[in-house]
Amino acid sequence: MKTDDLVTMLATTAEPVAPGATTRRYALALGWGTLGAMLLMVVLLGPRPDLAEAVRLPMFWLKLGFPICLAIAALVAATRLSRPGVPLGRVPAALLAPIIVIWLMAAYVLLGATPDRRLALLLGQTWAVCPSLIAMLSLPVFAGTLWAMRGLAPTRPILAGSAAGLLAGAVATAVYALHCPEMEAPFLATWYLLGMLMPTAAGALLGPRLLRW
Amino acid sequence: MGDVSVMGAIEERMRGSLLQGMSGDASAYHAFLKELAAHLRGFFRRRLTWLPDEVEDLVQETLLAVHNQRHTYEAEQPLTPWVHAIARYKLVDLLRRRADRDALHDPLDDDLEVFATSDVEAADARRDVLKLLAQLPERQRLPIQYMKLDGLSVIEAARAAGMSESAVKVGVHRGLKALAAMIGGRT
Repeated sequence: MKTDDLVTMLATTAEPVAPGATTRRYALALGWGTLGAMLLMVVLLGPRPDLAEAVRLPMFWLKLGFPICLAIAALVAATRLSRPGVPLGRVPAALLAPIIVIWLMAAYVLLGATPDRRLALLLGQTWAVCPSLIAMLSLPVFAGTLWAMRGLAPTRPILAGSAAGLLAGAVATAVYALHCPEMEAPFLATWYLLGMLMPTAAGALLGPRLLRW
Repeated sequence: MGDVSVMGAIEERMRGSLLQGMSGDASAYHAFLKELAAHLRGFFRRRLTWLPDEVEDLVQETLLAVHNQRHTYEAEQPLTPWVHAIARYKLVDLLRRRADRDALHDPLDDDLEVFATSDVEAADARRDVLKLLAQLPERQRLPIQYMKLDGLSVIEAARAAGMSESAVKVGVHRGLKALAAMIGGRT
């Protein structure tokens, strides 16, 4: 087929395009994905029994705020990476900021504690299961975000896959925080972050395979 | 070429016709695609001087991609980087496909270089195929592995894989077709 004929064929068959495709797909992906993660958490893990008292502690909100800040930055990263030629701009800084804040808090807590308390602050009661439970809860948003990206046009599949994984991990962590009894910054700075990085790494590996177009 | 005001005028004109086209004006969209085709041809021709036969195919592939992905273009975004990112993506995709194909075919085609082969190179080439092979389902992967790489007969391979002889033959056939598809970037 000659290129002119192709151009004519495309132009004559083209339908009008509704704006906002990216927003619509991500709204669906996040809406259903978050609902799925909440259901998994409630059915498989259950919210912490003292949730009503916990919401009065500032640390509870920090525990929720850390992944939510990361989720917002990861969402911006994912939507930008889903469309050709959109620069990331200040997104990398927005991703690093919450991590640096929680690390500084963790360092402050650890330095202020007696040496024999430090390991307990770091490991808490649940360090062995926390990252893998977060990774498990990340699956619904992960699937949704990859679906959203496959209907768009990511030109940097490793970065796009990583952003999808991080977004899923951050939402999962916020959901997991409603179950998790841990309240110490060193724990969150280590195991919550590790839990989020597991789907991020999976996304980096899956991106080039699943996001070709 | 490279003149900022000229480039700015092209950007403005093409952006206008794309947006009109996306809201349903077929003749504006036609004008957009026609001008885009000419720009893409120039862009790829400069970058594929050693592959002139590929230029027009790539122009068409990229036009199709622009068309299929036009829902990812949003009015407030500049057009040039959007088109450039798509063109670059398709160019890299083509080069990667060719590199994969050449890597697997060249050692077989170049008969005269048979003496240039050393142990190290053979090991490298074999590893490449193994990487692709590893992605096949077991009932295709095992027969190929046993017969092509380990040199077993159908009967021996069937025994080693715990499969019937006809299953081994079918597995090799389908597996090699699937491998070819992978090499051609079709899966």
